[in-house]
Parts: sequence; C-alpha cells; structure tokens
Amino acid sequence: MPILSLALKSLLNRRFTVSLILLSIALSVSLLLGVERLRVESRNSFANTISGTDLVVGARSGAINLLLYSVFRIGDATNNISWKSYQRFVKHKLVDWTIPISLGDSHRGYRVMGTNQDYFRHYRYANKRNLAFHQGRSFDHTYHAVLGYEVAQKLNYRIGQKIVIAHGAGETSFVLHDDKPFEVVGILTPTGTPVDRTIHVPLEGIEAIHSDWVAGRQVPGRQISAEQALKQDLTPKVITAFLVGLKSKIATFRVQREINEYRKEPLLAILPGVALQQLWDLMSVAENALLVVTVLVIAVGLIGMLTVMLAGLNERRREMAILRSVGARPGHILFLIIGESLLLSMIGVAIGLLLLYGGLLLAQPWVESQFGLYLPISLPSPREWFMLGLVGTSGLLIGLIPGYRAYRYSLADGMSIRI
Amino acid sequence: MPQTAVTPAIEIDNLRFKWRPNLPEVLHIPGLEVARSEHIFIRGASGSGKSTLLALLAGVNLPTSGKVKILGETISALSGSKRDHFRSDHIGFVFQLFNLIPYLSVLENVTLPCRFSDIRKHKATTSSESLDEEAMRLLGHLGMADDDLVHRPVTELSVGQQQRVATARALIGAPEIIIADEPTSALDSDTQEAFIRLLFQECEESGSTLLFVSHDRRLESQFERHIAMDDINQPGET
Ligand SMILES: Nc1ncnc2c1ncn2[C@@H]1O[C@H](COP(=O)(O)OP(=O)(O)O)[C@@H](O)[C@H]1O
Ligand SMILES: [Mg+2]
Repeated sequence: MPILSLALKSLLNRRFTVSLILLSIALSVSLLLGVERLRVESRNSFANTISGTDLVVGARSGAINLLLYSVFRIGDATNNISWKSYQRFVKHKLVDWTIPISLGDSHRGYRVMGTNQDYFRHYRYANKRNLAFHQGRSFDHTYHAVLGYEVAQKLNYRIGQKIVIAHGAGETSFVLHDDKPFEVVGILTPTGTPVDRTIHVPLEGIEAIHSDWVAGRQVPGRQISAEQALKQDLTPKVITAFLVGLKSKIATFRVQREINEYRKEPLLAILPGVALQQLWDLMSVAENALLVVTVLVIAVGLIGMLTVMLAGLNERRREMAILRSVGARPGHILFLIIGESLLLSMIGVAIGLLLLYGGLLLAQPWVESQFGLYLPISLPSPREWFMLGLVGTSGLLIGLIPGYRAYRYSLADGMSIRI
Repeated sequence: MPQTAVTPAIEIDNLRFKWRPNLPEVLHIPGLEVARSEHIFIRGASGSGKSTLLALLAGVNLPTSGKVKILGETISALSGSKRDHFRSDHIGFVFQLFNLIPYLSVLENVTLPCRFSDIRKHKATTSSESLDEEAMRLLGHLGMADDDLVHRPVTELSVGQQQRVATARALIGAPEIIIADEPTSALDSDTQEAFIRLLFQECEESGSTLLFVSHDRRLESQFERHIAMDDINQPGET
C-alpha cells in the first residue's frame, strides 16, 4: 500500500514530536498491561492462599471474618471452639484429616499460631503444594517454633535463636511471655501466602505460656516456670479454628451442614473457595477504580496524539495539494492521516509491550521478595491481546477525526496551494 | 466519439465556474482548443482565474456548467475517482513554489506520480531499467543528476533546484499534458530562461502538450502561442 509507506515516511520526518507521542502511548500501554498483570497475579495468589482444604471451621460469626483470621491472620476470632467439639469432628467417619489452629499471640507484629504436626503434613497452598522446610525441621518440643520465610528474612532470625512471644496481636505488645522463650528449629520455604508471615508453635506451647494466666492476665504470685509447665497436662481446652480435609469431596455439603447444625456449640463451617471469592468481590471496587485510572491514562496518550495531528494539519495542506496534483484521491488523503495514527498506535503498543517485559524483568525479583507475588514473564493473555486490540482500534478511530478534516480540506482546496 | 491521435489535447465548450454558489463567477470560457504537442503561454493578472482554470482542466474541480475534454475524454462527466486516475495518468504538474513533499527524498519525489498511475509507471520503466534510473535520467537532463544532491533532503535544495526536481516529477512516465502554474515566479531572470528552455526540450522529446501559466509577459516571447485570460474569459456575461 503506497499510502502507508508515505505515512511512515511522514512520521519519520517528524521524529521528535512522533517519539514523544510514541513514548506517551507506550507508557500508558505498559501501565495498562502492568496493572492487568498485577491484578491477575494478585488474584491468582489470593486464590492460591489455601488449597486442598474442604472446610474451615470456627466459632459462629461471619464467613469472611472466619476466613480472614483463620487463613489470612487478619482480625480476631470472636469466640473459641472447645477441644471437645473439635475432637468430635476429628473422629468423624467422613473426615480424613484436620489441622487445629490456635491464635491470639504475636511476636513483633507477626502472628503466632499454635498447631500440630498435621499442619506440616496436610496444609496445601497454590496448586496443592505442600509446605517445605527451607532450613531446619518441624517442632518436636513444647518450646519449639517454626518461622514463615518472611518472618525469618525480615527479623533476620536463624535456627537456634530464642524468641519471646507477646500476649495479644498488637505490633508493640508490652505483655510478654518472657519467662517461656521458644527456640527456632525450622524456617519454611516462601509460599507467597500468609504462611510466610506466621510463627508456628505446638498447641502445647500455647497452652504452656498461658498456664499461669487467668482471664487474659498473669496471676501475681502464682507464676509457673517453663520447666514446671511441662509437667502439667498441656492438652488445650480451646482452639480458635480448624481446617478439615474430607475423604470424599462429595460429602462436603453434608459435613458442612452437620457442623453448622452441631447442637452443643455454635460453629460455622465454610468452603474456603467460596469465601475467597466473596472476599475478592469485596475488593473489586478497588480493582475497578484501578482499571478506570489506567483507561484514562490511555485516553490521555491518545488525546495527545490527536492534538499533535490536528495541530500539524494546517501546515500540511500544501502537501495534500501536491498529492492531489499527482493523482491522489481525497480518500488517499484520509488514509494517509488514518494510516499515521494507526502506525503511531501500533508502534506505541509494540514499544509498550517491550517496556512491559523490560519492567517485568527488572521488577520480578523485587516484587517476589517484597510481596511474595510471582509475576510470570509470559506472552500476553487473550484478555491482554483484547486490550491491545482495543488501544489499536481507538487509535484508528481517533485518526478518523484529523483524517476527516484533511479529507474536507483536500476537497475544498483542490490543488490550490495555500501557505 | 472515436478517440484518435488527432483529437485535440484540450477542448473547452462553454465552461462556467463558481467556487461556491454564493460567490461571483470566476470563469466563463465560451471555447478554447489546444492541439497536441502545442506549447501555450497563458497570461493573466493575479486573481484572474488562471489556477482555477488549471484545476478544472485537471479535473480536480468540476465546471458549474459546460464541458471540458482532455485527450478526447470528457473529464467533466467522469466520476471523482476516474478524474483522479485520469489526472495521474495523463497530466504532470509544476507549481510556483514548494512543489516537493518535504519528507520524501529527491528520487522519491520524482517517482511519486508512479505510485498513483500504473500507466506512467509502465512508461517510465520501459524507457529505463527501473523507476529510479528513469528519475536519474530526467534529473540528468535537468542538470540535477548529482549523487550528492539527489540524496539530500529536498528542503535543503535551492528554489531553482526544487523547481527542476518538480519538473522531472511532472515529466516522469511521459504524460501527454504538462501544466506549469507560474513555475518561474520564484526564480531570478537568468534561471527563469534556462528553466523554460529545459522545459521545452523535455516536452518536445516526449511530445507533451505544455500549458505554461504566468502573469509575467516577459516570458511570452519564447512561446509559439499566447492566450490572455482577458481574451478567452468573460465571467459574469451571459
Ligand atoms: N479554493 C478556493 N476557494 C474559493 N475561492 C477560490 C479558491 N481558489 C481561488 N479562489 C478565488 O478564485 C479567483 C481566481 O483565483 P486564481 O485562479 O487562484 O487566480 P490566479 O491563479 O490567476 O492568480 C480569486 O478570486 C480567488 O480568490
Ligand atoms: Mg495562480
């Protein structure tokens, strides 16, 4: 197409302005795609937080609240579950495994979670991945602790280190269980989930540090030393929540109903996948706001292109008259201008893609270490191709505006050359 | 009407033209005929409608009434796209100033009409091996075949050089009619004469009809036939 090569040459002739337009289009395209990638990946990693668990059970409250404290370590349980009720479902004939969770303490802003060996055996995240040890091993003593990867990294903790657990979940809790320190025996590999930000201790450990506590405070004069506590019965009386794996998925709704209708204690069982979806939907407002902003950024880029093309049009009336004199039709003039805007938006999109991949390459390790979010450097998804197509089409449509004006000019001017 | 070699290059029959319905009539030419291979000088004051007449001959604009025949074809009766094709196939143009597309090289400017006309492309490539070679041949005749000049941006050429490039562009593919609209107005008198001689030479070689338009009477003497706008044009008269 001879006109398209003319369009290209005319763009090359205006390199400086053109490169500025290209830059703004490319930046907005890479921003759009970058935001889209982040959105998709955070959604994936969010959905990957927990996997292979059929039910999450806690005291009766809201489903999202239960999910938040049991899986995301956000917020607090309103109530506990008695050990007896828990045992009732551990022994349920349809239940394959359970993981008890006992929350309420923290260490320097990181939540401490009491659990047992079943956690390391059965807990799954992402695509049914097991937890693995980066260093050390699982706990086998009441005062042992296993750290999530981020905890160890941020606090620079090593195997063998002693840590003191604080009562309550605050960032700076002044009430310390400093008479019963825990020894770090293991550090987990990174998972990109809240596990990385959790300190795991045995249920007995949680029981031991609270053995001389009544109603949320240490009873003066009745302190029990770490050694003495070990001699007591450390079977917990309550836990905060538990995760359930069933022998067969088909039984999920039946067991869920059974737990929800359990008469001795008000319990709530939720399907984690459903609750995750509900939680994500809550955040879709922010997601949409982000999308609107990036679309506006694209619009700004394209309007910049429109401005420059319209501004240059009057000076180009001579060029159009010359083209008309050598046989160009008014339609050719229209295509020349539209071709330019099409080329601009396509080259802009291409550079935007390059910027995106360059940016991903640079940001990937940092985002992974900072946010536990793995950004894959993969080909654009169908949705991303669609977005790119939309940008190209918008560029083409916007080109119609100066294109039509040039068309009108060339009809009105004919060959009369006006300066 | 059969189209034979003896049909005149240009025939005008009772042509009338207004730019817009509410504007006064610019042209009313009862009749004009130009034979093939004739070299004609059209003289007229500025604003007398010379360029308007050329736009009508080129089929860029349509007469309000009357007929324009070029090479036996009534172009005033053709559709817009046919007129555009006809123009690119049969007519070469040189304008007063800034004839060149600033973002194309000298060679690309010269070969530009061949992008729009297959006939001229064909003719150009039969008289030389390639389009570029034909362009170089024409530029050579016009004293412009300097390799260095040809590859310079056209905006760096002098006005005289630009006009010669524009002439090569009008001549490429040997169109039957060459229209030059005040091509020498921006040149000094020495270059003017040399330019006109070159133009004659080339038109003679390709047997083209030349319409040369100017307000400058001094150039008139070099042409075999002169037409004054005032003589052929009676706008506003019925
Ligand atoms: N594109 C146009 N639209 C409206 N009027 C025009 C246009 N071009 C020329 N005219 C008018 O037509 C008349 C003849 O102009 P023109 O043919 O350019 O004269 P010349 O070439 O002899 O100097 C002038 O009055 C001019 O204002
Ligand atoms: Mg004029």
